[in-house]
Amino acid sequence: MSATRQPIGDRSNYAAQRSLPGMPNASVKRLAKGLGWFSVGLGLTELLAPGAIAKISGVSNKHTGLIRLYGLREIASGITIFSQEKPAAGVWSRVAGDALDLASLGMAFTAPDAKRGRIAFATANVLAVTALDLVCANQLSNGNHGVHAEASCIVNRAPEEVYEFWRNFENLPRFMKHLEAVENLGDGRSHWTAKGPAGMTVEWDATIIADVPGEVITWRSLEDSDVDNAGAVRFQRAPGNRGTIVKVNIQYNPPAGVIGATVAKLFGEEPQQQLDDDLRRFKQVLEVGEVVVSDATLMGTGYFEQRPARPADIDELEEAEEMEALPSQTGTNYPRSQSAGGRAF
Amino acid sequence: MKANCWYGKTIMRVEDVPEPQILNQRDAIVKISSTAICGSDLHLYNGFIPTMQRGDILGHEFMGEVVEVGREVTNLKIGDRVVVPFPISCGNCFFCQQQMFSLCENSNPNAWMAEKMFGHAPAGIFGYSHLTGGYAGGQAEYARVPFADVGPIKVPEHLSDEQVLFLSDIFPTGYMGAEMCDIKPGDTIAIWGCGPVGQFSIRSAFLLGAEKVIAIDQVPERLQMAEQGGAETINYLEQNVYEVLMEMTGGRGPDACIDDVGMEAHAPGLIFAYDRVKQAMALETDRPHALREAIMCCRNGGIISVIGVYGGFIDKFPMGSVMNRSLTIKTGQAHVQRYMRPLLQMIENGDIDPSFVVTHVMSLDDAPRGYDMFKNKKDGCIKIVLKPGMNGKSDLVH
Repeated sequence: MSATRQPIGDRSNYAAQRSLPGMPNASVKRLAKGLGWFSVGLGLTELLAPGAIAKISGVSNKHTGLIRLYGLREIASGITIFSQEKPAAGVWSRVAGDALDLASLGMAFTAPDAKRGRIAFATANVLAVTALDLVCANQLSNGNHGVHAEASCIVNRAPEEVYEFWRNFENLPRFMKHLEAVENLGDGRSHWTAKGPAGMTVEWDATIIADVPGEVITWRSLEDSDVDNAGAVRFQRAPGNRGTIVKVNIQYNPPAGVIGATVAKLFGEEPQQQLDDDLRRFKQVLEVGEVVVSDATLMGTGYFEQRPARPADIDELEEAEEMEALPSQTGTNYPRSQSAGGRAF
Repeated sequence: MKANCWYGKTIMRVEDVPEPQILNQRDAIVKISSTAICGSDLHLYNGFIPTMQRGDILGHEFMGEVVEVGREVTNLKIGDRVVVPFPISCGNCFFCQQQMFSLCENSNPNAWMAEKMFGHAPAGIFGYSHLTGGYAGGQAEYARVPFADVGPIKVPEHLSDEQVLFLSDIFPTGYMGAEMCDIKPGDTIAIWGCGPVGQFSIRSAFLLGAEKVIAIDQVPERLQMAEQGGAETINYLEQNVYEVLMEMTGGRGPDACIDDVGMEAHAPGLIFAYDRVKQAMALETDRPHALREAIMCCRNGGIISVIGVYGGFIDKFPMGSVMNRSLTIKTGQAHVQRYMRPLLQMIENGDIDPSFVVTHVMSLDDAPRGYDMFKNKKDGCIKIVLKPGMNGKSDLVH
């Protein structure tokens, strides 16, 4: 790929952008490292000397198997902390592990043969470490301002065609779930409306920064937007003319306050998953004409949105329609290429 | 409408549920005349496939009459009698255009789940967990069929439901299992598992030119049906499979081996206990006994065709045997759409009559009893066809 083009979506540039305000400071990183070593040390002890651990913490010797498993978990947390540039995931896994330890100690406390004094001592120690883990995990995560996501997909269409579809920003809500509408204002400017919880909306104007037909589009929000955001999409002809590789980067910097919280809720939980899903729908619209739904994904494809795999009743269909989740309600299909139709087989 | 719903490990209930509607413009609604219980439904029934939800309608082998079509479906009309393939495939993506329909990139809206489990996602499948899309299945009075312009095939009136129903899955699946063996005239093919798919593999292997087919199972009725199909048989409870196969092939081993068993293999003795315990402790998800044995038995440079369903992870996999002896492993969920027309032609020519495999025809209301019967191989049960339109008690066919 040529180095003179598409600087905006370039990964090195992207990394440079995010390292500025977001990176955790050195002391938090040191704390994370310390917790990592603690994990590995405790994990090895639990694995190799579960009897001693049982004795110290006052739980029954019957549970050495469980203690060994917990040792494996500790070691995994430690390795995660060391093996990642961003140790937050590892530290959060420690927090989850602490919760499990506390729950296990709580259960041990009620056992008839419990040594309650020792269990209380062990519980106090775990609580102290939990507090440390929480502080560290929070700082590692909060230092990370804004929401970034990047994803790619391959579409069985020519780059010019894929570019053309994206370039008409009014098409974006057909596959970007959080968008309600995008209105083209002319001169490369557009007005975007995103859906918020409880019927709220978040709006902004955006302008195109770079636009190379068939290759790249970048845009960013104008000043005084509800949410400061930018995006880049690149189109590359796939090797062997097997369609187009589409790469998308998006970044949102939610402001403080109510709107910030709303935006965080919109994009904050699983931004990467959301962008992946958006691109999957994008590919569906271009290749098969519309977004494909199953009975389970009528309200969305997320884990908590799954319905049972059975037809919806009238109420559920109405709800899906209100969410504009039913593709047949959203206008005409994107035309499928004739050669690709099923009748060819 | 009535539908057979999953409510947990070995709990099925026939319930009243809403009728399906057209959701995508390439959908059709099919009024189901016949639907079958598949061996792979037993993996769901036994709770071995993750991402099931209480209330899911099962069933991916079904046929019936088109009663409604979306506006983009121009090749079907109301009243057409169709068989529906189990993979849901768009016909437009890279894989569909390579005729690899069970790998469709667009038909699985829950692809993310499958990506976590498998690295990449296969196509959507009717009534087969949320991992494969979360589509309502065909053990019901009606089903919504996405991409009806690609999948369903019209069948002539003079053929009975039992003759054409299995074009939906087990005939193409058994056939693909045999086709992957790259059979040359004179070949000897060994087949693990004489369930319905294994029965079709036996007959397909002969149709494709095999000279000798050796079938392995433990259920007497299945072995008998295999013999009726022309196979020699080995009952693995009575004989050592490896020794008998070597004796039958002069010590060289079969040219190709088909695993028509999959993830819930049974085996005599300790190795079964080993895998069953590991499976119960979630240390491996599948019990690969048949696959291990097939690899060890296959001749040098031979082909292992894996058409039995696996869901996750296995261990003690004899990779050294595969590598050092130049074995080839071929596998996949059947690309059913690829096979429906040629196999329908074979049925019309009288080369094969798939209805031989049916042992029971029952009312849809009896589905829970049918699952129990099929799982526990009661009453000589090999293949059950359910009829939504039938009332009263089940009817033994053979």
